[in-house]
Amino acid sequence: MSIKVIHPGLLTTIQDLGRFGSQKFGVIVSGAMDPISLRIANLLVGNNEGEGALEITLLGTTLQFDTDELVAITGGDLQPTIDGEKAPMWRPVLIRKGSVLQFKSAINGCRAYVAFAGGIVVPEVMGSKSTYLRAAIGGLQGRALQKGDELDSGDSNPLSQAFVQQLEKMTAHFNWSVDYTEFISFDKTQTIRVLHGAEFERFDIESQQAFYSKPYKLTTQADRMGYRLDGEPLSLSEKFELLSEGVTYGTIQVPSNGQPIILMVDRQTTGGYPKIGQVISVDLPCLAQMQPNTNIQFKKFSLEQAEVELIKQEQLLRKLAMGIHFKALHK
Amino acid sequence: MAYQKINAHIRPLGDSALVIQLGDGISLAIHEKVKNISNLLEKEPFTGLIESVPSYNSLTIYYNPVAVFLSNTDKASASPYKKVSAIILSLLDQLETSETSEQRLITLPVVYGGEFGPDLEYVASYHGLSVEDVIEIHSSNEYLVYMIGFAPGFPFMGGMDERIATPRKDSPRLAITPGSVGIAGKQTGIYPLETPGGWQIIGRTPLDLFLPELSPPTLLQAGDRIRYVPITLEEYAVYKEMKQ
Repeated sequence: MSIKVIHPGLLTTIQDLGRFGSQKFGVIVSGAMDPISLRIANLLVGNNEGEGALEITLLGTTLQFDTDELVAITGGDLQPTIDGEKAPMWRPVLIRKGSVLQFKSAINGCRAYVAFAGGIVVPEVMGSKSTYLRAAIGGLQGRALQKGDELDSGDSNPLSQAFVQQLEKMTAHFNWSVDYTEFISFDKTQTIRVLHGAEFERFDIESQQAFYSKPYKLTTQADRMGYRLDGEPLSLSEKFELLSEGVTYGTIQVPSNGQPIILMVDRQTTGGYPKIGQVISVDLPCLAQMQPNTNIQFKKFSLEQAEVELIKQEQLLRKLAMGIHFKALHK
Repeated sequence: MAYQKINAHIRPLGDSALVIQLGDGISLAIHEKVKNISNLLEKEPFTGLIESVPSYNSLTIYYNPVAVFLSNTDKASASPYKKVSAIILSLLDQLETSETSEQRLITLPVVYGGEFGPDLEYVASYHGLSVEDVIEIHSSNEYLVYMIGFAPGFPFMGGMDERIATPRKDSPRLAITPGSVGIAGKQTGIYPLETPGGWQIIGRTPLDLFLPELSPPTLLQAGDRIRYVPITLEEYAVYKEMKQ
């Protein structure tokens, strides 16, 4: 056993990019709330970008290493330290046998990701390592990490071995890190770009305007399933009942109390409340990193532009993957 | 039966999914179309297709827009949404209407009211009925499972009597006990896990609906016919014991 959980923190789970293909049985997708930070963490240790990693939420988590491990820490800054010294983020880090990796509280963002070279050895459930707490499936026995848990990393590959060699020999020259600002921001107030939801036109004019002009506060009722917001109440011009249909990550539903709910990764597969908007994919990581009691400003966006942004982001990520590869092999 | 052009409306669900709307309301005929398109997509998946999820009268298609973009040889229309829409429309053109498939009949025991059905009295008073009337009406119809959604194994059933159709709660409950039987508009369904939810809860079944060790991992499947049988608290306890 290589990594021991000394302190689990507020909520630490194993997540990958999600459980797809079983939504028709109502099986929730789950996965990393901030998929970009997860993918970058995996790339930095030579993994397949969709490998399972730890998602640490807001507070604490202390891990003790019983073997040398190549890791990468990305996402929100939860003040990670290794044996009391500030741990670098957004680059490969070699953690020595006997060392302790400790997280404190979030100074920005909400969720940190820790990827281990070779991934985390847990069985896949319906094709994914993602933990889905409510159904108790995936991850480590379907639950959050607990004190005393032990995690194993998988076999490392030549890319991660090259990083390990570099880190062992020339630590002083290993001074690069990924410029994450091209992918994500950790601002306290976020402008979140949205497309009109299917029922947008059925809200009254005042509500349509308020949705794009008034700030909405992220309440403390914000978890992996959904973010409940607080702001100008939104109302329909005429009340109606919808039949349930497919919803997705970032769908903004409005129940009859008028306060929007944004569906997150542990969302239900279908929903029946009117959909006023849909967060565009490239803004989901920023949304995932928001802390309770911070403000969202919605901004209208077009589908064509959202697609362009998404393709651009993917091209950037491909370039980043190549850059990381180059760093590993260039001695 | 001859090929028949299907009327469908396609709309985006964000930048990575779309919804094919095949009609309004709950009807068997529309449901058959939904199933047929879903089957056809499974047989002929396009590059970038992730999965499809049927509901009463629509099918939601989840796709990877980047994969669709890269597979697109026609650079003049670079929009992945437009590309997938075009693929769907051509699939609809070749869709054949088929006979209704065979269905299972399953009976589900339910304790109505009391602590297990906290909204039963509200449903009764909303319609000016007695609690007994609501139980009688709810348990005398036969239902069809149109879709499994919301949570693992949650069956959405149609065929409910208009006399007890009741809107969802104004604000969803934060936690509903597994097995809870609910009403939302003209639908009825059962919560398999503890989740938040806005349906009016009228009773509870002792049966497990999500069975992750089985394949498919659900007690009920789209297309099943269901009957509810009222049971007492004592009978509920017996069922629970039998499962141990």
